[in-house]
Amino acid sequence: MPLSFSTESARRIEALIKQYPDAQAASMPVLHLAQDEFGFLSDEAIQLVATALKLPVSHVYGVVTFYTMFRREPAGTNILRVCTNVACMLTGGYDVLKQVCERLGIQPGEKTPDGAFSIVEEECLAACADAPMALCGQRYFLRLDSKEKVDAMIEELRRQPQLERTLLPGPVEKGA
Amino acid sequence: MPVTRADMPKLVLCNMGVEGQNTLAGATARGAYSRIAKALAMAPAAVTDEVKKSNLRGRGGAGFPTGLKWTFIPKGAQTVYLVVNADESEPGTCKDREILFWDPHLVIEGIFLASYALGCRHAYLYIRGEMMREHHVLQRAVAEAYKAGWLGRDHACAGGGSFKLDLTVHRGAGAYICGEETALLNSLEGRRGWPRLKPPFPAVKGVWGQPTIVNNVETLANVPAIIEKGGEWFAGLGTPKSGGTRILGISGHVNKPGVYELPMGIPLREVIYDVCGGIRGGRALKGVIPGGSSMPILTPDEIDVPMEFDALMTDARIKPVEIRPGVKLDIGGGKQLRTMAGSGGVMVMDETTDMAMVCWRIMKFYAHESCGQCTPCREGTGWLERVTRRLAHGEGRPGDVELAESIASGIAGNTICPLGDAAAWPMLAFATKFRAELQSKITAAPATAHGAA
Repeated sequence: MPLSFSTESARRIEALIKQYPDAQAASMPVLHLAQDEFGFLSDEAIQLVATALKLPVSHVYGVVTFYTMFRREPAGTNILRVCTNVACMLTGGYDVLKQVCERLGIQPGEKTPDGAFSIVEEECLAACADAPMALCGQRYFLRLDSKEKVDAMIEELRRQPQLERTLLPGPVEKGA
Repeated sequence: MPVTRADMPKLVLCNMGVEGQNTLAGATARGAYSRIAKALAMAPAAVTDEVKKSNLRGRGGAGFPTGLKWTFIPKGAQTVYLVVNADESEPGTCKDREILFWDPHLVIEGIFLASYALGCRHAYLYIRGEMMREHHVLQRAVAEAYKAGWLGRDHACAGGGSFKLDLTVHRGAGAYICGEETALLNSLEGRRGWPRLKPPFPAVKGVWGQPTIVNNVETLANVPAIIEKGGEWFAGLGTPKSGGTRILGISGHVNKPGVYELPMGIPLREVIYDVCGGIRGGRALKGVIPGGSSMPILTPDEIDVPMEFDALMTDARIKPVEIRPGVKLDIGGGKQLRTMAGSGGVMVMDETTDMAMVCWRIMKFYAHESCGQCTPCREGTGWLERVTRRLAHGEGRPGDVELAESIASGIAGNTICPLGDAAAWPMLAFATKFRAELQSKITAAPATAHGAA
């Protein structure tokens, strides 16, 4: 069956387009929405977004490939983003990353065989005062300054996965 | 007299750490939106005048006077946009994320006041893609502000007219470059985040071809206090040319890292040794980056300087950055580069820090984030990453420090946007101030024709 947006998503796309002077500007929000719905941005999903916004597929493809958070492959349920930039590096960020990779048995950019985790080596996530840190969905893991804290983070995410979701139920309607 | 820590009022971080207060009810109880009536009774130009008088300077990094920027909108412009830059991603910077989370309504109020001054009827807030928690909080706050009628409803204003503002939160998707204002505008238009050539400046031709003002989150969060207490009062808190307070995010090897609202002119030494309780383990300071990773690093004998925009650029106690020993970098019109206040991200390094490793990690970042549009940056940042990686791993080749300097000077000033400078400046600063340490990483024999970089 060919890919299609749910009725709710189609409604939200209409509302998103109205927030901007032209439909092209809705490219990123609609791509976020498509990624939420389909898990990643396949060729078919890109085609679908292009059709919804009446844009050339090449344009939408160009947008998708510029931004690191748009995925062309399925990711793990938890996308665990571990920062190794300067503030985190100074306080042990590379040790955190190493331990996470060892525990999960994968490297940054990979997904565990059970699909529970992907690891991303992140650039600065703007929580430097609480370095070293990691982010999964809306959940921040701060001051990961011991092996126990890193293990506890992984255990928590196994029990209670944190999905990357982009929009609250129902967008803010323009002039609502 | 500029305020000290003892008598400084908090203007922006009043609510930091207070759970449950980032809702409309919590914010309103603390006075959010109470400045709107006062502003609407003023002419828009009078609001801008107040901001001009306040000496408020842009908190995103460049420190440009905000009120002056607002006057660059061409007279008679029909459609004007305010775009809020919440794409905080300069390494070491961690203030806007806190402001957005703890006080989204203060930011929305600031956006309302600025939009009224500018004649903007639809503002856009561009939030960094990774800030999923803050995006959620902000969306909820915007929905509340619509429901309460602050957004999306006509308000009577001076001169008998009315003013109505819409606000859209636009989420990025992971690209440091989109913090550069023209890249941000392209991204907002649904394009790849490639910076635009300036001129035309956004104030003349910005998003969707219309006059646009791009302001940082912290900048706008200061506007309600300016309207409430007046521009002169705000100016009086700061130093002669920089009004208000300053939020610094201090990270690295200090005992009490944190995000602090501090007096504008506080010396860096006081920040490290007093506010942050000194260096961990009582060790000695080795270096400190004062304003995000693109700003030149300071050595322990350079920290008595106030953390104010002009002082960090001009204070003679800070050694100018060189392109090779004895030759100062010229950043235009013969101007030297010492360092800059940047985005307020202070990264402190103790005596155990391997400066070659820090330098490499910074170069790795800019190489990863170069958008690829300009050759000097696209090729140069990658090259700098390879050279500094060798140095960081003790595999430097003779001439590598000079090579890094020549690549960096080839990038500086030769790109569309400041990302090129953002990589070149710290590279040159490390070579200027930690040259011997970088040189000590050179172990390999001279490169042969086969092994040349």
